[in-house]
Amino acid sequence: MATAEEVAKAAERRDVRGRWLLSAPALLVILLAATGPLLIVVVYSFLAPGAYGDVKWQFSSDAWTSVFLERDIFDDTLSLAAAHVTIFWRSIRLAGVTTLATLALGFPTAYFMATRSEKTRDLWLFLITIPFWTNLLIRTFAVLQIIRNEGIINTILLKLGIVSAPVQILYTDTAILIGMAYVYLPLMVLPIYASMEKLDFRLVEAGYDLYATRFKVLWKIIFPLVKPGVIAGSILVFIPALGAYVTPSILGGGKNMMLSNLIELQFGQGRNWPLGSALSITVMIIVMVALLAYVRNAGKSGVRHG
Amino acid sequence: MNWKTTATAMGLALLASTGLARAEGVLNIYNWGNYTSPDVIKKFEAKYNIKVTITDYDSNDTALAKVRQGGTGFDIAVPSQTYVPIWIKEGLIQETDPGKMENAKNIAPEWANPDFDPGRKYTVPWAWGTIGVVVNTDAYKGPANTWGIIFNTPNELKGKVNVVPEMGDVMFAAIKYVGGQQCTDDKAVLKKVRDMLVAAKPNWIAMEYNTIEKMGAGDFKATSDWNGSALRQRLANPAIHFNYPKEGYGLWSDNVVVLKEAKNVENAKLFQNFIMDPENAAGLSAFHRYANAISGSDKYMPADMKDAPEVVIPADAKPLGELQKMCPPETQELYTKIWTELQK
Repeated sequence: MATAEEVAKAAERRDVRGRWLLSAPALLVILLAATGPLLIVVVYSFLAPGAYGDVKWQFSSDAWTSVFLERDIFDDTLSLAAAHVTIFWRSIRLAGVTTLATLALGFPTAYFMATRSEKTRDLWLFLITIPFWTNLLIRTFAVLQIIRNEGIINTILLKLGIVSAPVQILYTDTAILIGMAYVYLPLMVLPIYASMEKLDFRLVEAGYDLYATRFKVLWKIIFPLVKPGVIAGSILVFIPALGAYVTPSILGGGKNMMLSNLIELQFGQGRNWPLGSALSITVMIIVMVALLAYVRNAGKSGVRHG
Repeated sequence: MNWKTTATAMGLALLASTGLARAEGVLNIYNWGNYTSPDVIKKFEAKYNIKVTITDYDSNDTALAKVRQGGTGFDIAVPSQTYVPIWIKEGLIQETDPGKMENAKNIAPEWANPDFDPGRKYTVPWAWGTIGVVVNTDAYKGPANTWGIIFNTPNELKGKVNVVPEMGDVMFAAIKYVGGQQCTDDKAVLKKVRDMLVAAKPNWIAMEYNTIEKMGAGDFKATSDWNGSALRQRLANPAIHFNYPKEGYGLWSDNVVVLKEAKNVENAKLFQNFIMDPENAAGLSAFHRYANAISGSDKYMPADMKDAPEVVIPADAKPLGELQKMCPPETQELYTKIWTELQK
């Protein structure tokens, strides 16, 4: 006859098994949904392009070669894929500049919000989230209405006689940056605000008591303490900015491709799905490497600052 | 209400709904967005007691990729002439033989036996049009019947020209402008094309589809465009004119096909026949603003289209038009490289 202990153990085992069985379907779905599409992209990147879109089921590493190298169609020499590098660099640079711009705007905004009274803070937080109520496309078109030649800015400038002809802002890099900074600003403000809200402002007072300059207080006290928020915000802005599609197309006029346009071209008019897949994975790898470097760096400094 | 009456009511409702669906019949159309006249659809629904649903797509590539995957539930699609041979070759559409349908006699002779579907065994014409140059004459008064507006932009238009980013169309125009043949893989010609495009790009302001709004607002003063789009622009601003480039311009035509996986084949055939009726074809044109290929439809056309220069090609420009073809995959690859180079 089983002892009470054995019975209890068996019951526990059953319990554990039951939990696994019950959670298995959910786990399976998550696993398949997360890795399935990704696997297809990986597999496709090693196939040959079909004649009119789609893929041919035969192994080929051409797609990967042409991500980095290109055969000149005129003199047949193999060289670094200058066009791809240019486009990659344009996207990375834009994402970087957007991150800096949102940081420059977002940090003071978050500071302002965090230093308000408890009640008004909620109001400010609420105001920051308002743009999220509207679709990205519509927000981008709203920016377009503001900066276009017959738009609000130019109309005012013309009426005031500051300029004699409309300033061409639309379809320039400035236009893209304005749009991107506007669209991604909340993603920067919210994490910084979350850190800032927890900040003990007595530390700031203590800093002033010890004759620290304003800059020193900002740099030695506030910034290290809200750094996790700054890092989280930067990641949240940088990654989607790297793949931005709608904003650069609408405000930049589509003359110069971004990464996302290049990938879209391969799946659309270019009809080279394997190359599109290989490019997508390359972007993922870039993001992953950047993220790892960031997180490691952040981890180290986190220890240093206690 | 006790459970018995509830059950009976539910049963009856179920019966009614399925019975209704069977009696009426349905037709599922997969077409370009903002392209299908609601009035003509209403007329078709009333005449045959068929319920029509319409789903939009935005490019030939999207439509092809989706139908290839199968299980779409669509009966009808409307691919362009460049894609029709692929749809046929891949067995995606069925031979409904519209060339022998009752209304086939109405197809205009020049569209009755096209290269992409000899004898009209699969397709019924939906719309056709041209791709040319649109210029706002307030900004530029010189001769505009040339691709030079785009590729060798006159000073007045520098920085004000848009190019619709359809790779095939732009390559067609660029090749014509340097004196080549469409779908050429002649490296000497393509090198000229590449150099010319790269040199021309700094004079462009954008590469966008949204031409009607931007030409109207004055963001663009000239653009490459489809004729129907140009017509809408002129109706909004009489200074905007469509031009047929003298180097040669592209013709396109969209065509109604019945999918192999269609569940409502008979209804789809009724629809193919229905839109070849002159009055119905004119109804379609009144909405999408392009010409149809049906003789006798002119007398039902809206007044602003009857002799619009965008729709009715002037006699001297007629021989310059050429139906655009699908280039072979190897050529397409060359074009994609030039295109990437252009937009890098």
